[in-house]
Amino acid sequence: MGIRLDKPWERLDSDSVSSLQAQLGVYQVADSDGNVLSVGYAGAKHPFGIRSALEHEIQLHGKKATLFRYEFTSNYRSRWDELLMLHLHDHGQLPDHQRDEEGRVGRLSPN
Amino acid sequence: MDFSLNEEQQMIVDTTRRFVQTEIVPLEDELDPDAGSLAPDDQDRLITMTRSMGFYGLDIPEEYGGPGLDTTTRALMAIEMSQHRAGLYNPCYGVFGGAGLAQLYEATDSQKERWLYPTLRGEKKGCFALTEPSGGSDPARAIQTRGIQDGDEWVLNGSKLYISGADKADYALVFARTSDDPGRNGVTAFIIDTDTPGFHVRRVVHTLRATHYATELQFEELRVPQENILGEVNGGFAIANDRLSRQRIPYAAGCIGPAIRAQEMAIDWAKNRTAFGSVLAEKQAIQWMIVDNEIDIRHARYCVLAAAQKADSGDRFRTEAAMAKLIASEASSRVVDRCIQIHGGVGVTKDLPLERWYRELRIRRIGEGPSEVQRLIMARDILGGSFK
Repeated sequence: MGIRLDKPWERLDSDSVSSLQAQLGVYQVADSDGNVLSVGYAGAKHPFGIRSALEHEIQLHGKKATLFRYEFTSNYRSRWDELLMLHLHDHGQLPDHQRDEEGRVGRLSPN
Repeated sequence: MDFSLNEEQQMIVDTTRRFVQTEIVPLEDELDPDAGSLAPDDQDRLITMTRSMGFYGLDIPEEYGGPGLDTTTRALMAIEMSQHRAGLYNPCYGVFGGAGLAQLYEATDSQKERWLYPTLRGEKKGCFALTEPSGGSDPARAIQTRGIQDGDEWVLNGSKLYISGADKADYALVFARTSDDPGRNGVTAFIIDTDTPGFHVRRVVHTLRATHYATELQFEELRVPQENILGEVNGGFAIANDRLSRQRIPYAAGCIGPAIRAQEMAIDWAKNRTAFGSVLAEKQAIQWMIVDNEIDIRHARYCVLAAAQKADSGDRFRTEAAMAKLIASEASSRVVDRCIQIHGGVGVTKDLPLERWYRELRIRRIGEGPSEVQRLIMARDILGGSFK
């Protein structure tokens, strides 16, 4: 089982987000070139799960965010940390608005 | 056996209970139900409080600046500290401080300077790497990580599984086989800086404990200086085993807190929830579950305190500690299961902490030695150690 979230990107807009199930999970949001802008999770505090979390991302990034991919999981906290660690390993730093997480996130050296 | 609390213990229990209810529980109302940490500002503020209370670093020996609590008082505190949503695995979110790896108190002076004291000052973190893919319940035989001496260094190759905190640790206590002895006399403990070439945290291992993860480690031609050996060459298993025995009493005590809190919630619910014309508390099915909960909680508490008192007396307490761990983890699991049943649908939602305790208590029946190993330990003591 691969540990990266490498599903195909989907177009990020209100219509695509509203069609998602209101589940817990993790996601990545990216610009049109596939550069990741956010690695996030939808937890139990999000009223409609991943749908609510992605609506917030649309507001946060505006038109810059055009793509997303997601994964439903009840282990959203540990999976989120894993995705942050993988991003840190692959890119040397976290997305700009998540840089303050770098002190908290661990180190991973995947095969 | 007298389980009444002396004046100091009662004061400590009351203070801890008040701290949990007034400082921790209100913060949890704002956190994600699976959160494993507080906001940094809250963490710092509460650590300042526990320091001023004289309770910071609960498990640090007195000669190293700890409060010098006996095992009984420490167990009583563990019962109180775990009475909140994250309390089972993260009592009070760590604001009472940690002790570091207990094995380092047996280290040489230079090892203490390099790893122990920075850990006690909060400057370094360590992790404990014993279990391997080949097994965890019988580590002496299961360890396949191999250490081969090469001059003044040892070269390690192998892997470890279910290791907590390795991805954030500055150093790891790693156990490796260093002789042809297939059992406990062939294992050595190494203290290894995690930035050493060849030390890899390969992957996250997700578990029922969704807020936290374990890791899998791999060692590839990992070169470790001779001076990093903790204790004697081939004497590492005793170091590992000592930790496993000592941990069992506070580990068992921590299981009881969520059960107590779940029982309080169930009683409150049963007295107020109406079905078929009367409150649940008037129905015999519910009454019996509440009573069975109380029996389980008291049984577990008595066993934990009995083990703690034996430990404080200086007598051998291995059987009592194993019994406490087995009973507390299993009894608390039953209690939380019944409390979910009493609550019905809302009991399995993330609106309440019951579902998190239910998941995490399942792990407690395996962690720090599964129930079957606790029975094996007791059987050895009861029947004598000579049987195979």
